[in-house]
Amino acid sequence: MAERLLEVSGLSTHFFTHAGVVKAVNGVSFTLDRQETLGIVGESGSGKTVTALSVMRLVPDPPGKVVAGTIDLKGRDLLAISEDEMRQVRGNDIAMIFQDPMTSLNPVYKVGDQIAEAVMLHQDKGKKEAWSMAAELLKRVGIPDAKHRVTQYPHEFSGGMRQRAMIAMAISCNPDILIADEPTTALDVTIQAQIIEVVIEMQQQYHSGVILITHDLGVVAEMSDKVMVMYGGRTVEYGPVDEVFYNAHHPYTWGLLGSLPRLDLAEKERLTPIKGNPPDLMLLPEGCPFSGRCGYERPECRAVWPELEIVGPEHGVHCHIPADERLTLRAGLPRFLAQVS
Amino acid sequence: MTDDLIGTQEPGGQESIEPMAGGPAMIVGRQPLGLWSDVWRRLRRNKLAVVGLGIIIVFVTVGIAESVSTAAGFNLAPYDPNAVNYELSPEGLGSPPSWSHPFGTDYLGRDIFSRVLVATRISMLVGVIAVAIALAIGLVLGPIAGYYGGAVDSVIMRTADIFFAFPYILFVLLLVTVLGGGFINVFVAIGLLSWAVYARLNRGSVLSVRRMEFVEAARAQGATDLRIIFRHVLPNTMAPVYVAIAMGVGGAISTEAALSFLGIGIQPPDASWGKMISDYLSYMAAGRWWMELFPALALVITVFGFISFGNGLRDATDPKLKE
Repeated sequence: MAERLLEVSGLSTHFFTHAGVVKAVNGVSFTLDRQETLGIVGESGSGKTVTALSVMRLVPDPPGKVVAGTIDLKGRDLLAISEDEMRQVRGNDIAMIFQDPMTSLNPVYKVGDQIAEAVMLHQDKGKKEAWSMAAELLKRVGIPDAKHRVTQYPHEFSGGMRQRAMIAMAISCNPDILIADEPTTALDVTIQAQIIEVVIEMQQQYHSGVILITHDLGVVAEMSDKVMVMYGGRTVEYGPVDEVFYNAHHPYTWGLLGSLPRLDLAEKERLTPIKGNPPDLMLLPEGCPFSGRCGYERPECRAVWPELEIVGPEHGVHCHIPADERLTLRAGLPRFLAQVS
Repeated sequence: MTDDLIGTQEPGGQESIEPMAGGPAMIVGRQPLGLWSDVWRRLRRNKLAVVGLGIIIVFVTVGIAESVSTAAGFNLAPYDPNAVNYELSPEGLGSPPSWSHPFGTDYLGRDIFSRVLVATRISMLVGVIAVAIALAIGLVLGPIAGYYGGAVDSVIMRTADIFFAFPYILFVLLLVTVLGGGFINVFVAIGLLSWAVYARLNRGSVLSVRRMEFVEAARAQGATDLRIIFRHVLPNTMAPVYVAIAMGVGGAISTEAALSFLGIGIQPPDASWGKMISDYLSYMAAGRWWMELFPALALVITVFGFISFGNGLRDATDPKLKE
């Protein structure tokens, strides 16, 4: 079995604002092994990014605070170490790629400066050496004429190139874990595939574990080994990607899959949206956050958060509907992946 | 202002072809306009700003040339500025401008032109030193206040408010009294009191820049707070500061003049524009206008130069005014 890099259990991150407590993440647990990719999916405000920031300990405090749980990085509890030690972890053990490459590079420095800085922060390297490493890294992420490109400023790069430069920065210290927070959202569709390819390539070269945050189920299907479906700050379903896609047990996962456009179904078929709006994170019910939009609601749903139920190999779900009943309900859905597989 | 730094993007199409891994090297598009060449292009169209810049260059050159020539052992000024010559001052009232003394002479027969020239160095020095001291304090405290916020911000900015609230000249007078006279102390006093302008100005820009994603990216790389503040945030907030520097130099020069006028600061026989204006004031009543006019003109022109250049620079760096 592959080396276990990260084990997060019972993570809860809340924001204490003037208006009340925003429960952004509630009791989220997951693991990540070497060379494994975990996809975190869910709609905006479901707690994907806050989960990632919590792992990096970058949640703005105040108002944010990790109120419960443990984050175990290769045997070290990241929540227990000092800020100085955490700084050594950031960039070195865990690196992050951000959503918008347009704003995540500093406009006043050359691209090479910024990659070299990342190198020098964690490695005992001189400026010259760091610069030649920067050129090498740029080349590795597929930027031609890298020697010349390192001397350019971010505004001379296109969006896709900037994201490549961000990836170069992230892998510069050979991190164990790479967190990509919606790395392709701000990019052109044609560029998206290229960037995903670069991330996969880098993962293979550096043997990193990747946490991929996205709301693009297609990207998850292509890239991930495991997927965690989040809703209202909670994990509703978690498991190997094929299991979750073809044997989904949670009504929210059904909804997500049902609202995907499909090329293989009859032409005139309409998408099935999930009715209603995402919940207010300040007014979450004690129980399942999806209750109210679910459609299969039971009396206990709002009041009690269901225990984890194992429904397949490493495949867990949090739902009050009994398993056999779920399968009957799912079979009745008009658009579900299992029907074609 | 940061928009301006991020700006100057390709108008599209120039290098939009995404290079593929291992593909042939792409031809790099035209050299994009840098911030400063863009600013200069717009500044050039503002006549007043160009005049201001010209004035600054002339006076700074004179100031530097004067220091260099003194150090090299000869005098740039045609006469010794402190040489008393009673023959040139009949009845102790000086002599009016003439070919040999274009600005006339004062009540001691000293050449006004030479004195104005020598005083230029003092004025330029006070501008540079005072602003440098103010920047050194303001650009450390301002970004720290803006970046950390909360209690740190409150303490620093309320202190700045106190500095703003206190009558400026009185405060300088107090400081000079404590520090003792002498022109270096005057420079330091002015510098110590004007940091608040830069701190407040910079804090505002830092507040917006610290929320930007590249700051978060730097943090995710494991950069320390100090590194983030001074390497990543500060350089992105400098455009308004440059404008304030131009204005601040003009302000410091006129403050020095005001202090010298009040008899604090530059001590006789050294010449300073403010000191000369003060010394010769009483001769105005006797119709000896040239003593007062030329140092006053030098002061007015210099301050005008810095302020109109600063104004032009502000317009040129303002992204909202971009055409």
